[in-house]
Formats: sequence, structure tokens, C-alpha cells
Amino acid sequence: HLFIHSISIFQAVLIILHLSPFGSLLFSPFSSHLSSSSPIPHRERESFDSESLLSPFPQISSSGGISAMDRSPKRRSISPDDATRFPDEVLERVLALLDSPKDRSAVSLVCRDWYSAESWSRRHVFIGNCYSVSPEIVARRFPRIRSVTLKGKPRFSDFNLVPDNWGADVHSWLLVFASEYPFLEELRLKRMRVTDESLEFLALNFPNFRALSLLSCDGFSTGGLASVATHCKNLTELDIQENGIDDFGGEWLSCFPDNFNTLEVLNFSHLNTDVNPDVLERLVSRCRSLKVLKVNRSISLDCLQRLLVSAPQLTELGAGSFSQELTPRQHADLEHAFGLCKNLSVLTGLWEATAMNLSAVYPACSRLSFLNLSYTALQSQELASLLPHCPCLRRLWVLDSVGDKGLEAVGANCPSLEEIRVFPADPFDEDMINAVTESGIVAVSQGCPKLHYILYFCRQMTNAAVATVVRNCPDFTHFRLCIMNPGQPDHTTNQPMDEAFGSVVKTCKKLQRLSVSGLLTDLTFKYIGKYAKNMETLSVAFAGSSDLGMQYVMEGCSKLRKLEIRDCPFGNAALLSGLEKYESMRSLWMSACNVTMNGCRVLAREMPRLNVEVMKEEGSDDCKADKVYVYRTVAGPRRDAPPSVLTVSSL
Amino acid sequence: MERSSSSSMELDSDLNLKATELRLGLPGHCGGDDDGPEKSQISSTSPTTVLTIGRSSGGSNKRSSPEAPSSNECRSQSDSSASGIEFEDRDCAPPPAKAQVVGWPPIRSYRKTCLQQQKRGSESSSGSGMYVKVSMDGAPYLRKVDVKMYKSYADLLAGLESMFKLKFGEYSEREGYNGSAYAPTYEDKDGDWMLVGDVSWEMFISSCKRLRIMRGSEARGLGN
Repeated sequence: HLFIHSISIFQAVLIILHLSPFGSLLFSPFSSHLSSSSPIPHRERESFDSESLLSPFPQISSSGGISAMDRSPKRRSISPDDATRFPDEVLERVLALLDSPKDRSAVSLVCRDWYSAESWSRRHVFIGNCYSVSPEIVARRFPRIRSVTLKGKPRFSDFNLVPDNWGADVHSWLLVFASEYPFLEELRLKRMRVTDESLEFLALNFPNFRALSLLSCDGFSTGGLASVATHCKNLTELDIQENGIDDFGGEWLSCFPDNFNTLEVLNFSHLNTDVNPDVLERLVSRCRSLKVLKVNRSISLDCLQRLLVSAPQLTELGAGSFSQELTPRQHADLEHAFGLCKNLSVLTGLWEATAMNLSAVYPACSRLSFLNLSYTALQSQELASLLPHCPCLRRLWVLDSVGDKGLEAVGANCPSLEEIRVFPADPFDEDMINAVTESGIVAVSQGCPKLHYILYFCRQMTNAAVATVVRNCPDFTHFRLCIMNPGQPDHTTNQPMDEAFGSVVKTCKKLQRLSVSGLLTDLTFKYIGKYAKNMETLSVAFAGSSDLGMQYVMEGCSKLRKLEIRDCPFGNAALLSGLEKYESMRSLWMSACNVTMNGCRVLAREMPRLNVEVMKEEGSDDCKADKVYVYRTVAGPRRDAPPSVLTVSSL
Repeated sequence: MERSSSSSMELDSDLNLKATELRLGLPGHCGGDDDGPEKSQISSTSPTTVLTIGRSSGGSNKRSSPEAPSSNECRSQSDSSASGIEFEDRDCAPPPAKAQVVGWPPIRSYRKTCLQQQKRGSESSSGSGMYVKVSMDGAPYLRKVDVKMYKSYADLLAGLESMFKLKFGEYSEREGYNGSAYAPTYEDKDGDWMLVGDVSWEMFISSCKRLRIMRGSEARGLGN
């Protein structure tokens, strides 16, 4: 009887899972909101602490499908004691196959049993806003976490709009984790404050710790890295990207013990001081599982050549500055070394690569899917020579130094391209001859029908060009256009850019993320509110004519989760039009708009489960809310806010 | 423009819609807000108005700016109120010498720093010529040469020799320019004075900031 009971529950689970989109979602779109250079890794196989009652079930990796579960379990005698636990074990085993946080959240809402089973089987937790919840609450909810991703400051802190001492310090989290998750293995932080003390605490208190990734964080130095290298015996990943780090020298690299060999990912590309190349070479040759190696400027091409020979299994390479002047012999050796790397799918670095040296990478480019040249001031010709060697390219980041001609070469050579990002080489030089214009982006769209992600910095654009682009590529999920001169109209018609973004939202039904720029009236937002039904993130600057603009968005965009606005004429009416919406969003940022303290107080009074925070500028008058940051939280008001951050109460 | 301090809870009077109305002005037109010390209404002016950057984005901890200060570059680091004062003069300059806006364009600090370093390192070395000043000890004024015009050291030295009517001696790695009254030196991007010819031509091109034709006696020390 019990056996039949368990099968029917199991079958129910199977049926539900088959019917739902869970099975097909290996990679939720949610994950793309993390840094694109650190995707959520597939979870490893589950290993349960308690003895499994279901030994016939094969060990299934969490990325596997559901078909393996079709096998029915053999008869087993089940003791009455196990009766009540048995279904949970089944559930947990099944639910363990689910990766995406969205799916798991949905599962947890089905019933109490599912809620419980899901929370016990969850190994990875993603916290998009560290102040939305407290570490204690997280630990209570998910008792068996092994991997944490935490994001802190609002995104505009990347552009210096947030005071340095704003908060998002990871230490309080680590203290709780030390007692609740002593077996923590992975920690990925974005825009958090991390001190050397915290890094040392991490290294000393988590014996199973394996993977550390820090992106856009600040507050630590190479001393902290030294602690991690010294104490984390099982480290597999050390990924230090684009942080505000005090670089006191490269000795940290020498802190890895001589017998240490577990590293799979090593990224120190953004550290400026020299590391000892011998130490690096020995480390790389010891770590046979090394897949990702991104070195910094100090590594010469000679050293790089030896590294490649020693580690041809690399899948991702950050090649350093690539600027040494090479003799023909050296060039040939380097080319040969690149030829050994048959598995390279990601190539970055190349900060000072010359045209001459760049040709050395050609032999490794045949399987390249992501090429990051966004620090390399390449000219169009150089790019045009490189691209034919990369037939499989799916993601390309470049500087606008390649010009429209370079982008034409992209269109001509990259039929599989899905993502392009064009960064400005000289963002503050007003006299720059327009490096890339509307023609460039049109050329890319013509040659790359699979394009779905674009980030484009330019100095001029037209409505017609954007309309053409989305006609060629209707599948955009991320459309981020930055016309660098604030409030600039269509340069051929002198009209606002409303129709451009209108065409984007009308055509691209799958649009999840949109950044607008140029001269925009409320009409743009009317379009967005009406058509952008899947949009989750919207960034607005120097746009709009009145409160209506923001109102359109708040009322129309049902899936909106993140809204960041700066320098727009949106005031209290606009802010309050979103009253019903903010609890279903992660956060709202409004700076240099027309919101006042009173407006914030009304919001705080009406919506007690939001934190309404105001950062005042020096010298601004008392009524003005210069920078407003609103977010949902179950943790109440912040207790660690600095004096410059006021939590607005309803007083 | 001030907000009335006796504002009620009512939103309408707070909204001050007239003040927030977007007016389109001609490029370079100065918003009336620049007159007062308060820059709080910046966002309500026309987007084509020159924007001031009186904003301090920093808290009590200033992050030191990694960028070299120069008139065109963005003061986008968290320097506090001082930055507003520096730019007040520029706000109403007739030609649209646009004051930079904090945090715009939206590029991460890290990337900005990188680009800055690269720009300084290879100033206009990609593209149009690369002019460096040439001074000669004892000469009253400087000259300027386009280093890119030359293909090699021999070429460059010949050019300098004809420009300054002198002759450099034989170059040797050990002894520098032997047997001449003058020796060519250059300042590299680290600010050090180096003897011309010691490094490869490519490296010289990318690191040379200015040239100085030094008296032979002084230059002797450099070769070691």
C-alpha cells in the first residue's frame, strides 16, 4: 500500500514536471542578469547525507533531463519509520534536479511538502539585493546551502553615483554563514564591500571552500587574496574581476602552497602589479584541471607562450597586454603555442595588442565563441583580418576604434553572432570624429540575424537605423543603446528618438532589458508601457517630458523588476504611480529627478515593506530627495546605513 | 528655484509642475539655474542645456581619482563640492564646451582607468601624427617633430641633425653617443630621461613623450 502510495506521488511529480517548462529550462533567463562573464555554473551531482531509500535511481547530474526517472523503482521493504520520510526523499531527489531559482521559487509555492522539500534540497541561493533579506532569514529558510551569490550596491555605483561608504558589507553575512553553512563551497559577490579581514575570515572558517568570484567589489587588497591563497586548500576558482582593489604587489600568487594543484579558474587580469612569472608557470603546470586562465599586464608574451604550452587544455584565456615586440622566432613559437589550444572558446585581454602580434592567436580561433577586444584599440583593418579566423563567434566585445568599417567586417564574417558590445575608446573626447555611427549597427544587424544582445555606445543615431536593426533582428532580449551626448535628437531629422525605441519594443517581443538614450519625450515611455510586456530591466537617463513618462512604465510593464532613472523630470506623482508595483520589483533608483522628501514619506507610509532610502547631496535644500533608492525587503530598515543615507519613515 | 518650505502633504503643490516642465532650448543655452548657488533643479532644464556637475557623489570617504586631471576629462570621481566650483565658469561659456556629467556616459570606473592609461601611453600613436617637442641645451626655443614621419632611429637622428645643424656621434650600447658634443635623449611615459636608441624603435615610438638634445658631457651618465 505504501509502495503504491509512493509511486503515485512520484508519478504526480513526474507529470507535473513534464508538463511544466521546467524540464526545458536549463538556463533560466534570470541567470543572464548576473555578470555575463560569470554564468551560473551547472550544479554538480547531488550527494545526500542520509542514506537514500531509492538506490535503483541512478545518480543523475542536475543538468540531466527527466527521462532517466522513467524507470520504476524496484520493490523494497520499507519500515514504518521511514513511511513519513519516504515521500520527502523522493521529492527532494526530484527537486534537486532543478537549477533555476525561478523554477525553485515556483515549486516552493505548490504546497507545504514541496516548500519543505525544495528548501532542503536547495544548494545554491541567489540574493539579488543583499538588503532585501537578512543572513539569518536565509539560513532559516535554506538549511543546506553550499553556494551563495550576493549582489549589493545599486548598479549606478559603477558610475560613481553612490557614496563609497554606502554599505553592502559582506562581513555580517560571513559571520552567519560560518555557523549556519560551515560547509559553504562557493561565494560570488557583485558590488559588495569586501575587506581583507573578511577574506581572511572566509579562508579560515570554511574548510570546504572552493570558489570565490568578486566582480565590481571594493575594500580589499592583494593581502586578502594572499589569505585565500594560503588557507583555502581546496580552491578551484579564484576570479577577481574589475574591482576597486588596493594592489600592493604580486606576492599573493606565491602564497599558494607548493603542493596545491586544484585550481580550475584563475583570473587576476585586472590587477596591475607584477606577479612572479616563474611562480605562475609552476602553478599552472601543477594544476592539470585548469580551464580558465586570465593573466594581467605584467605577463610577457614569452611567459604566455610557456603557459599555453603547459596548459593547452584551457577553455578560456585572458592573454594579458600582448604588447611585447616579438622576433619572428618568438612569433612563430607563440603561434605554435596557440595552435596547441584546441579547446579555447573565450579569448580576452589583449590590451595593447599590435596588429603584428594579434596574428599569433589565429590558430586558436577556430572554436572561439567569445572574443573580448574591448580594451584593445583595434582599427577596422585589424579587426577585418582577425574575424575570418573566428567562424564560430557568438559574442564579440570591441572598442569603437574599429569604426563602422570594422562593424561591416563583423556583419560580413560572423553569421552566428548573438551578442555585440561596442564600447567607446574615448568617452570624454567631444572632438572625436564619430567612430561608430548608425551605419555600423545596421551593418552588424544585416549580417547577424541571430543577434539578441546589443550594447552600443555612439555619438549619433537615427530612428530609421534602429527600426532597420530590429527589423533585421527581431529577437532582441537586451537592447542597450547609449547615445553619449545627453538628450541628442535623431541627427538627420532632428526629431526625438521616440520612434527608435518604439520600434524596438513593438518588434522585439522577447525584450527583457532596455536602456534608452537620446532626446526622448513621454511618447517613448508610452510605447514602452504599451508593448514591452516582458521587459524586466529599464535604464533611463536625461529623458522624458513629465511624470506621465514614468507612469506609463509603472502601469504598463507588468514584468518590470529593476528600474533605474537619472536626470529625468519625474516627480512625486511619477514615484507614487508605482505604489502597487514596487513590491514585485527588486528595486527602483531615481537620482537628479524631481522627487521630494514628502513624496518619499508618502511612499514609505503606504508601503511599509519597502525600504525608501534617500541620499542627499551636499548643499541641496531640505525638501529635495536627490537620490532615491527603493527596494522591497523582509529584513526591515537597514541598520548599517551611513549618515548620508536616510531611511525615510512615514513621519 | 526653491521649493516652498511649508509644503503640505499634498502632492500637487509639491510637484511644482511648471518648474519641472521640459523646455527645449538651443544647444549651449544656459539654464537660468546656473545663477544661484543651488543646482538642485538641473534635471528640469532642457536636455540640451549645458549641465553642471556640482554634484558630489561621494560620502565621507573620497575615492582618489585615478584619472589625470585635464580640462576635458570627466570629474566623475567622488570629489565633493569642490568640483562644482571649478566648473561654474565653464557653464555659461558661449561655445558648447560641455561640462561633463557625473557618471556619464555610463562606463565602469575600471574601464575608464584602463582607457586613460592606454591613451596616455599611446597618445595619438594610432592615427594622425605624433608630435613631440624637441629642446636643445643652449637653444632659446623648442621645435616640434612628428616622430611618426621617421622609420627608424637613423632616420630620426638624421632629421634632428639637419634641424639643429649638428652631428651626433656613433651610437653604441655600451657607451652611448661617443665622440659628439651632443646626445639625443627622450622622456618616456614614466617620466624618466632615456638615451635615444636603447630600446626598440617600436617601444620608443610608444613611450616617447618629448626629446631633448643634451650636451654630451651630461649625457655620459645615461648610458650606464
